[in-house]
Amino acid sequence: MAFLMHFFAVYGNLVNFIGINALMALGLYVTLSAGQLSLGNAAFAGIGGYTAGILTMQFHAPYILSITSGAMLSGIVAVLIGLPVLRLRGVFLAMATLSFGEVVRIAAVNLTITGGAQGLVGIPNKTTTGLIFTVLALTGYFMAKLRQSRIGWSFESIREDEAAAASLGVNTTFYKTVAFTIGAIISGLAGGMYAHLNFIISPGEFGFSAAVQLLIYNIVGGTRIWYGPLLGATLLTALPEVLRGIGVTAGPIRMCVNGIILLLVILFLPNGLISLLSRSSSIAGPRP
Amino acid sequence: MLLEIVGITKTFGGIRALDGVSFSVEKGAIHGLIGPNGAGKTTLINVLSGTAKPMEGRILLEGALIHSLPPYKVAALGIARTFQNIRLFAGMNCVENVIAGQHLKAKRQLLPRLLHLPSANREEREYRDKAMACLKRVGIEHRAAIPAGYLSYGERRRLEIARALALEPRILLLDEPVAGMRRRGIEQVGGLIRSLATQGMTILLIEHNMKFVMELCSRITVLNFGRVITTGAPSEVGRHPQVIEAYLGAEA
Repeated sequence: MAFLMHFFAVYGNLVNFIGINALMALGLYVTLSAGQLSLGNAAFAGIGGYTAGILTMQFHAPYILSITSGAMLSGIVAVLIGLPVLRLRGVFLAMATLSFGEVVRIAAVNLTITGGAQGLVGIPNKTTTGLIFTVLALTGYFMAKLRQSRIGWSFESIREDEAAAASLGVNTTFYKTVAFTIGAIISGLAGGMYAHLNFIISPGEFGFSAAVQLLIYNIVGGTRIWYGPLLGATLLTALPEVLRGIGVTAGPIRMCVNGIILLLVILFLPNGLISLLSRSSSIAGPRP
Repeated sequence: MLLEIVGITKTFGGIRALDGVSFSVEKGAIHGLIGPNGAGKTTLINVLSGTAKPMEGRILLEGALIHSLPPYKVAALGIARTFQNIRLFAGMNCVENVIAGQHLKAKRQLLPRLLHLPSANREEREYRDKAMACLKRVGIEHRAAIPAGYLSYGERRRLEIARALALEPRILLLDEPVAGMRRRGIEQVGGLIRSLATQGMTILLIEHNMKFVMELCSRITVLNFGRVITTGAPSEVGRHPQVIEAYLGAEA
């Protein structure tokens, strides 16, 4: 028990960030599971974070109301953006969602209510470790059950072959928008929880590099099953601490190690690290 | 008439892939669509399934216009198809491919699954049994747990038919269902198509195997350079001088 207390005193914050990053990675996972490459999920986290932070600080809204409002607003924006943008495919969709992310970041820099480039400072610390992992567990359960439902099967069909899915009666535009929106809601929720954990949020945290980081969690962990991104987010969030433990502290080396891990995974485990764990089901298993 | 194709024209750039194509398909018929390469057969299947939009002309399903509908709505009206270049879900196993094909027939609601209701499990078993029955129908039930990407070419064609059957369609559009198959496989698929037609399903199929088409089909439409040469019974079509010139003549 004493050991646990000590561990948590030292690494409590790391554990919290693992949970938050895992949740954000899950948000992107939903969109990826329908075969859509989005680089806009960091911006959805930003929308959630800023909305929740502003509601708490300016309007003294209760915590739960703030973070759920942030998540909902993210979801609404996703529907509005998704309907026109999801007609694009592959790299064009990535570019469109990337520019959406930049629009959100630039808006946050220039608006007064978001605190400009400095961001929001002094957001009360209300997100607890217990809450983070409860939300994460519930979201994971939701993902597992979603996969078995008609919606999940549609996502999987669209990801495998969009034209074939349409020939089976799948309304591809509708289900892609659903995937994008669920992903945005989860990312927005994670953003709101992050804002109430970190005391301060600034526009740069939700920019391009954050969007790519979410993608890396998914690629490294694997996107064939919902716990892939959890694994990716956990390993890569904990990595700096592990490296510090063995005496590597400099920033650039950390990025190098990140990059090497990403390369190795893409080369040797195209379905992510998760494919090492579960080879039984064909959904998670190796592809020919 | 179940399906009426009236004056369908489709151009790609300057090429008229389909040029005023008209014919109709009777309910319960096995209707063959033949013609040399580039005659416009696959383009016609694409137009019928909503994948391609015609420039001119109409398609009527029991009198209702369907040529401007997107593919998913055409599927919802009971028209299923397979693809010439086989489009399976390679990351899924065989039975999962068929389950994905149950989209229009299986509700699979999220809420009962979130709440772990026993009805969801019961329903899921029913759907799985139905999917297995589709695999059995095409004769690959022993491959149920094998990833679709590992199947042989002939098995892939059959799995695609099984997936289309999961829609419980009224009309089945088959684009070269026995291409690349050996004689035994061809006979089995022929038997399957015949039994589907006896049950009232209407089949429109493209095939280059002339023996297969002549033996199986009740009516045949011959296309050449995007135009219909003739539509009729296999014996009439086989004697038609223009058909012999354009198509069969090349073999003789």
